[in-house]
Amino acid sequence: MEVTGFDTWVLSLAVFLPLVGALVIMLIPKAYEMELKLVALGSSLMALVVGAYIAVQFDYGAAGELQFVVDKGWIDVINSRYIVGLDGLSLPLLLLSLVVVPLCLIYSWNHIPDPGNPKAFFVLLLILSTGMNGSFVAQDMILFFVFFEVVLLPMYFLIGVWGGEDRRYASLKFFLYTLFGSALMIISFLALFFLSKDASGELLQTFDMRVLTDVAGVGIIKSTQVWIFAGLFMGFGIKVPMFPFHTWLPDAHTQAPTVGSVILAAVLLKLGTYGFIRIAIPFLPEGAIAWAPWIGLLAVIGIIYGALGCLAQKDMKRLIAFSSVAHMGFVMLGIATLTDFGINAAVFGMIAHGLITGMLFFVAGSIKERYHTLEISRLGGLLKAAPRMGWILGFASMASLGLPGLAGFWGEFPAILAAYNPGAGMPEETFRTYMVIAAIGTVLAAGYLLWLYQRTAFGEPTEEFAGHEIADVNRDEWIAWTPFLIGIVLFGIWPNLIFNVTDDVVSGITATVEAIAAGS
Amino acid sequence: MLLNQFLILGAALFAVGVYGVLARRNGVMVLMSIELMLNAVNINLVVFGVQHGVVSGQVFALFVIAVAAAEVGVGLAIVLLLYRNRTSIDVEDFDLMRG
Amino acid sequence: MWMLENAFLIPLIPAISFVVILFFGKRYIGADRVHVVGITALSLVWLLSAVAAFQWTQRVENPTPDAVVQIEHHGDDHGDDHGDDHGDDHGDDHGDDHGAAVGDSEGGHGGGHSSPLIRPVISTFSQWWSNAGVDFAVGTFVDGQTVLLLMVVATISLLVHIYSTEYVKGDRRYLHYYAFLSLFTASMLFFVMAQNIIQLIVGWELVGVCSFVLIGHWWEEKPNTDAALKAFLTNRVGDVGLLVGMIVLWGTFQTFDIDAINTLISTNPGAHHLALLVAACCLMAAVASKSGQFPLHTWLPDAMAGPTPVSALIHAATMVVAGVYMIARLYPVFYEGFSIGTSSINLMAFIGGFTALIGAGLAFAQWDIKKVLAYSTVSQLGYMVMALGVGAWTAAMFHLFTHAFFKACLFLGAGSVSHAAHHTFDMREMGGLRKDMPHTYRTFVISSLALAGIFPFAGFWSKDEILLGSLVGQQNGYPLMLIFGCAVALMTAAYMTRVIWYTFHGEFRGHGQPHESPKVMTVPLWILAGMAVVAGAFNLPGPVLEPIGLEGLAHRIQTYAEPSVYLNGLGLSHPDPSLTMALVGLALALSGIVITYLYYWRRRGLHGLTERNRYARTGYKVLENKYYLDHLYNDVVVDTVKRPIAKWANDFNQNVLDRAVNTAGETARDVGRWVYKWIDQGAIDGSVNAAARGADSSGEGLRSIQSGKVQNYGQLLFGAAAVLAIVFVIVV
Repeated sequence: MEVTGFDTWVLSLAVFLPLVGALVIMLIPKAYEMELKLVALGSSLMALVVGAYIAVQFDYGAAGELQFVVDKGWIDVINSRYIVGLDGLSLPLLLLSLVVVPLCLIYSWNHIPDPGNPKAFFVLLLILSTGMNGSFVAQDMILFFVFFEVVLLPMYFLIGVWGGEDRRYASLKFFLYTLFGSALMIISFLALFFLSKDASGELLQTFDMRVLTDVAGVGIIKSTQVWIFAGLFMGFGIKVPMFPFHTWLPDAHTQAPTVGSVILAAVLLKLGTYGFIRIAIPFLPEGAIAWAPWIGLLAVIGIIYGALGCLAQKDMKRLIAFSSVAHMGFVMLGIATLTDFGINAAVFGMIAHGLITGMLFFVAGSIKERYHTLEISRLGGLLKAAPRMGWILGFASMASLGLPGLAGFWGEFPAILAAYNPGAGMPEETFRTYMVIAAIGTVLAAGYLLWLYQRTAFGEPTEEFAGHEIADVNRDEWIAWTPFLIGIVLFGIWPNLIFNVTDDVVSGITATVEAIAAGS
Repeated sequence: MLLNQFLILGAALFAVGVYGVLARRNGVMVLMSIELMLNAVNINLVVFGVQHGVVSGQVFALFVIAVAAAEVGVGLAIVLLLYRNRTSIDVEDFDLMRG
Repeated sequence: MWMLENAFLIPLIPAISFVVILFFGKRYIGADRVHVVGITALSLVWLLSAVAAFQWTQRVENPTPDAVVQIEHHGDDHGDDHGDDHGDDHGDDHGDDHGAAVGDSEGGHGGGHSSPLIRPVISTFSQWWSNAGVDFAVGTFVDGQTVLLLMVVATISLLVHIYSTEYVKGDRRYLHYYAFLSLFTASMLFFVMAQNIIQLIVGWELVGVCSFVLIGHWWEEKPNTDAALKAFLTNRVGDVGLLVGMIVLWGTFQTFDIDAINTLISTNPGAHHLALLVAACCLMAAVASKSGQFPLHTWLPDAMAGPTPVSALIHAATMVVAGVYMIARLYPVFYEGFSIGTSSINLMAFIGGFTALIGAGLAFAQWDIKKVLAYSTVSQLGYMVMALGVGAWTAAMFHLFTHAFFKACLFLGAGSVSHAAHHTFDMREMGGLRKDMPHTYRTFVISSLALAGIFPFAGFWSKDEILLGSLVGQQNGYPLMLIFGCAVALMTAAYMTRVIWYTFHGEFRGHGQPHESPKVMTVPLWILAGMAVVAGAFNLPGPVLEPIGLEGLAHRIQTYAEPSVYLNGLGLSHPDPSLTMALVGLALALSGIVITYLYYWRRRGLHGLTERNRYARTGYKVLENKYYLDHLYNDVVVDTVKRPIAKWANDFNQNVLDRAVNTAGETARDVGRWVYKWIDQGAIDGSVNAAARGADSSGEGLRSIQSGKVQNYGQLLFGAAAVLAIVFVIVV
């Protein structure tokens, strides 16, 4: 696709508009609160409009190709360039990120968590937005890394400043954990830079992800690939988070302010899985094949383990956080199969989990705001106290347990299905065992979500809150939540909206992996 | 040859000068002792000049006498100023440079 | 054939009704008038279903050439073994002379399946989802089996909608009740006409969730929500089997298409036996949960916590038969997987028969009228599964058809009784209601007779076919199934007589004045009772009709509903009607009634046996505790997962993983401290400090030299010069 005129700008606009908004906000004095908020919302909405333009202009017939590519010099010394581009894998995730941020801004319009200071809060959210958007479109490893890390700091402050009682511990844990992974990741990036060779054996010395995808690690011997993959695995696996690197997640989620949790669940975790699909697997197919059974194992452990963890929780938000571990287990199982079905399901699962768990965190946040507690045993009778919120919680729970007809199902079922016939000649028996375990995970998912629902929504309100007037869903919440609810239904009924977009890219990746597996 | 005697005279004169510099506490006396040492050197210069049959020894001696005159002038000026400031010319009292 | 190709309209109508009721009902219609929307939608559904059913019969009677399957002659190896060589008949019949074949379908020999092989009507809408470049469509699959279920679902749902207007009048959530009735109907219809196995899964789960919502309709009370959760979770356990089974099918045939899977198996029976066995076993688990088969039947009686019309619709007539329907829909999978044609006992037949038996046993020990009926449903569903297990496909679907009517009638009758008797379902608070509630009484008795299998009511005909199917089997009979079936026939008649005694006869033991329900409830009862009488006529055996010259109407369900296009390739045979079997079945049922009659009405028999005899008491106790299965599931399985295992996992998380992380953090901190203290502060900083200190102290030492006194310096100068001079002298 020939990129001309305005189209050369759109991706950069979508990425940096929020940042521009943040800079403008910094110039506005704190006292002008309404103006601050309007600028924040305006810039994120403008980014969303640009995103919509991209979605319209996107050539769905060539979803497997990078589109809107911009390739400009950046850091010549290390041969790193400013390359952004978008294909069928990036598009849904970029749109998800673009949609979630304005909705979070709307949700926090009148609900800036303690200790207030909307200016700083909105600035951080907008910087976060730039980091997330950029990660999904960057096509240069250094650029990707920069965006990947840009995300970290605002989130650290969001948790550390606006979080719950134990926020310092949680934020530091989040920060250090992720940074640890990033350190190993950048080492792997450097290894890729120095070791990658093209077909004729010339050293490439490039960070260009397009080039590295094309060469598919042919110049790197298998044992080296395995090591480099291990580094990437740590970097991305912690972000996902995969068992046993997930322990930062419940703390971070529990302590984070509501929108922090929502963004964390909806977008941030996807950076990890996106990294696997975009970087780790296509760059190092042999490493991926060697690692895949182990990733699959960790994924199914995560599924069962996350579900069991949920059953033991007493705090609603912590329960939802653990359910993320289980759901991302399905995503990782899909990726580990290295098949079209699996990876497509993984991408679908990423979107679905973003919408559904984001929705659950929204509801949890609103419950917390009204009841000032999320302790499950103290709640109860939500359907009676605030019927609409109760219904939404029920709806989101149903979606989360993978009910067909809602989005969650399409992330789970094809992933389980893919494990029946894993790709690239991987051990079938192993993956079929994973399949059965993952299927059992769906029972546990129903268990913890319905028990949660029974204890919070059914029955009469507990004595503690019996006389209290609990406000039902208000206007801000409706505006923020409706797109989530519509998305959950829409993608559930017509999954091709996503499958059709991602399939071309995924087919390309699996074809590479299959070719490498057949060749070795 | 009278060389030895002259050298012994010079050395003795120098030794007296050294003694005066190190031992006397009166600043003027120290200056005088320095004059003694300079003149001891002058004797040596003249003697060695004669010994080698050159005039440069005597020329140097004349230089030293001129410099010594200047030196005494400056030295006496310092002592005078010290006395004005401290009402003392005892060198023991002047240890501003002590580490 | 327009309706058959556009069958998607049928589930679409109630789906729209759901949306309209839920989102616009309160504002634009009025919360207490939403039934208008539901009933209108269901009437439309009923009409369209009727049109579809009619068009299907037309398609069978006068097939167009493209509706007939052209298959090569392959049935010999199967057909030869059977008494009536039907396999060969097909081979001859198909093709250009199908017109003659239709006329040939006289009822004379029941096994002679001689109508042409009619293709189902499949319409697809592509682009539902895609993967690996392959496009997976959503579509409708309409054949005789589908239209049979369409009629059942539409009829009973419509009647339940009407009945509910009175029964749940003034309910706290009238609107939601109707909304979810609509959604349930839509899901069930979607399930029934699933074109591929993904749609089967979708429909299967959606009816499950509607069942969950409706069981928990009165969620303020904890027992109701417990029951709802139990139903949903038990079904989820079965769904593991469903997912895995369907995935195995996909893995084996690389297609989701039901038509393709069935065709692939039936044109090449014997291949993939192992895969099919695995798939069949997994799917059997799903059937066990959805259709209340042993050992996952325990949720069904608890599900009676929901409103009674819901029990009639969902937990008696439609949703619970989804499992049976699924077996029938994918019959080649089970037929080949379980080797139904050649065995004389198999997993499916055994589970079905065993369930029928234990369900009937449990029905004796219940005091709640709805629970008796629930266990009766379990038992009858077991009958259907058993029928499918012995190869009696038509008998199973026939029984499904008749059972739906008389069981729905019984449930609605129970609802009517409770409506009259202060909303209790306890039979100990009833009695003598026959005088006060004549309509309810009569319809209840008619349906009970149908259920008991008394000639000439509907149940007699379908039950007879199942017993006959077990007796004859395919290549071998299924003797154990026959014994189970006969025992259940006797028990069914007996427990239904008990129910009638306690509810309608004797003295009234409740309080207040019972009264007959209004017309809006009794009319649906009478319609269903009427069906309970005549539904048997849809599949009468030939010999019955011959004397009155209507033999052309024999075996209509077999003719229209049986997907012979697939079953033919498997070599499925049909037993000839047997008068002896019918008489034996009837005698068993009658003796069941007579024994119970003597026991309750005439006070004969061993009254008080449970008080006198230890073994009888134990047996009764086991029945009362439902074979202790609930204890097993709740106290053992669930509590283990929920408490110790989950707790363990959490502890593991908190104490091992998180501890590990925290320990790593703490260790790192300790190491840091140590390093800081000893390495950093001690060694590195120490050396720097030592250098500084050395410099310091040496300076300190040298400091005394610098006295600031000129003479000291002079001393040093001259001393040093003297030393140098001495050295100079010595060296030179």
